[in-house]
Amino acid sequence: MLKINGQETDAAGKSISEYLSSANYEPRQIVVEINEEIIAKERYGETILKDGDVVEIISFMGGG
Amino acid sequence: MDRKYQLENDPSSRINHMEYLPDMEVIESDICDKVLEEMNSYDASRYTARDVRNALSHENCSIEDVKALLSPAAEPFLEEMAQRAQRETSRHFGNTVYIFTPLYIDNHCENYCVYCGFNRYNKIRRLKLNMEEIEHEMDVIARSGMEEILLLTGESRGSSSIRYIGEACRLAAKYFRMVGLEVYPVNTEDYRYFHECGADYVTVFQETYNSDRYEELHLDGRKRIWPYRFHTQERALMAGMRGVGFSALLGLSDFRRDALATALHVYYLQRKYPRAEMSLSCPRIRPIVGGTDLCYEKVSERQLCQILCAYRIFLPFAGITVSSRESSAFRNGIVRIAATKVSAGVSTGIGDHAEKYGEECGECKEGDEQFEINDTRSLDTMYNDIRGAGLQPVLNDYVSL
Amino acid sequence: MQEKDEKDTLVLGGKEFHSRFILGSGKYSLQLIEAAVRDAGAEIVTLAVRRAQTKEHENILSYIPEGVTLLPNTSGARDAHEAVRIAHLARELCGSNFVKIEIMRDTKYLLPDNAETIRATEILAKEGFVVLPYMYPDLNVGRDLVSAGAAAVMPLAAPIGSNRGLATRDFIQMLIDELDLPVIVDAGIGKPSQACEAMEMGAAAVMANTALATAGNLTMMASAFRQAIDAGRKAYLSGLGRVLVRGAASSDPLTGFLRD
Repeated sequence: MLKINGQETDAAGKSISEYLSSANYEPRQIVVEINEEIIAKERYGETILKDGDVVEIISFMGGG
Repeated sequence: MDRKYQLENDPSSRINHMEYLPDMEVIESDICDKVLEEMNSYDASRYTARDVRNALSHENCSIEDVKALLSPAAEPFLEEMAQRAQRETSRHFGNTVYIFTPLYIDNHCENYCVYCGFNRYNKIRRLKLNMEEIEHEMDVIARSGMEEILLLTGESRGSSSIRYIGEACRLAAKYFRMVGLEVYPVNTEDYRYFHECGADYVTVFQETYNSDRYEELHLDGRKRIWPYRFHTQERALMAGMRGVGFSALLGLSDFRRDALATALHVYYLQRKYPRAEMSLSCPRIRPIVGGTDLCYEKVSERQLCQILCAYRIFLPFAGITVSSRESSAFRNGIVRIAATKVSAGVSTGIGDHAEKYGEECGECKEGDEQFEINDTRSLDTMYNDIRGAGLQPVLNDYVSL
Repeated sequence: MQEKDEKDTLVLGGKEFHSRFILGSGKYSLQLIEAAVRDAGAEIVTLAVRRAQTKEHENILSYIPEGVTLLPNTSGARDAHEAVRIAHLARELCGSNFVKIEIMRDTKYLLPDNAETIRATEILAKEGFVVLPYMYPDLNVGRDLVSAGAAAVMPLAAPIGSNRGLATRDFIQMLIDELDLPVIVDAGIGKPSQACEAMEMGAAAVMANTALATAGNLTMMASAFRQAIDAGRKAYLSGLGRVLVRGAASSDPLTGFLRD
């Protein structure tokens, strides 16, 4: 199990790309951080999620 | 005397007044450029009564406003300026007036400043007090009730060494709560040493901010180096001094520009060192022992009052000291408006406090004075005069921890 | 006598702006952003960074017109470390190195944590960010932010979203008078007249969001703010005139002792 945006998720073994498309995220609008480290977009295919990872998937929204 | 004649008549015989001597510390600072830019572009004749009225109505006095207040257009508004200045003074200082006394410990000087009685070519009685004599003077002054002292020397590193001044500070710290220094400018490491010895206030007068005019008046000696002198207060603050004092000697050059530059020197340094205490003096040039006739600009009492009011309105937080060169009537009047600090029991001669404070002197030695004193009141008289004016005389400003 | 700047621009991080109205993009629908930016004449728009929603392909960036500088904020951060993290994520998302630091430990009043804000400013400025810290208007903190490398300071006028106007007026004035940096009045400005007053005081710019988001007609209010900010700026540059002071002068002249 790993944590994605605060939720326990069973996604270990998947690449970031695989997870994003399975969860219906639009990769161009987001940034992915694993264990407080930002992952460059070109590494989404090769980066495999592991048990215990803390993943944040972040995007912009309106704000002041 | 040949050298004196040469210095006076042959400008090429003088050293470059804008170039630091090898042992003079250079600090990084943009304050000088800022002050000079404003001063050089200041055309006092451009300001009108309208600008003055606007300036007086603004809650915060801007740089443009103080330029208007220092201009000839403000002269008819002197009473209004005084009323405003009085409000600012009482808002920041209540009705208190600080009293201090200066103590000259050495009048030897290596500089040749043509308007100064201490200059090295002037044939005056020279005297340097030894530590025993200094302690005696301090004891006499302290017993009169004084709690703040200003130690002064002529500018001679040969005669008043750093160590000599430091030791005098140590003595002063034993007798007084506040110790100010008005000695030749030094590097930060020396200010740090003076501070350790007990000094917490450094005053150096720039005399004039017009460096061309400065060159004509300060012909020789370390004082001739204009920029090193300009940066003195900043070096003192970098070294941990609590406060610094500033002044132009009004009348040496265009007094409105010099007054503006002095005010801005305080203004910009205060922004850079918000912790520092700032104070201003405003001496007018006065005749000296053995002085020659040089072309000075006349500054009237009304003009001096105008400058002091402008200082007060622009720099409401700054201490303002009124020189004993001014009459007692002027000093009495100006403490009601803008001044916060006066000297009492003043002597600019050397080693004569014991006598001034009523001790039998007999054969005791004395050195000559730097300039003529106008207001010669003792501490007691000054104290009572200030009280009589409805103000509160105060002998020290803070607890030194 | 004030010298007038022919092209009056606001410079932040070396970039020149002609508009002095910074527009928030929160609390209203994305479809209104473009019109709001247009009517506000805004050149800088703030954004927040949040956990992405799935199945939602609406991207706020596609609603913001070309050429507008994005100013991501770090809202949600509770300390300097989190603010720095959010700033890094924001830069990755938009490529802009502008960041508005917002650090709050208080969910009731949403007051900024000045000490953490100074820390975050120092870290991010060193990394090359153009840092605009949202702060409680405290002069000492302002000076620390200048030393920390801030490009401007953003003091609050009143609590965020309160629309209560210049509650901290006197303290903002101190920042304007004493700091050699643009002072951008942020938070709490509820009406154009308040924005105008901030500009008359010498603020470099005004930031507003809730005042527009809660207005009956958002774009009309955006335009009203724009005009108020322009008017206040012009009044400031022209040099405010005389205000008659109450109370007569003392009848006892203070200058009677002068001899010449």
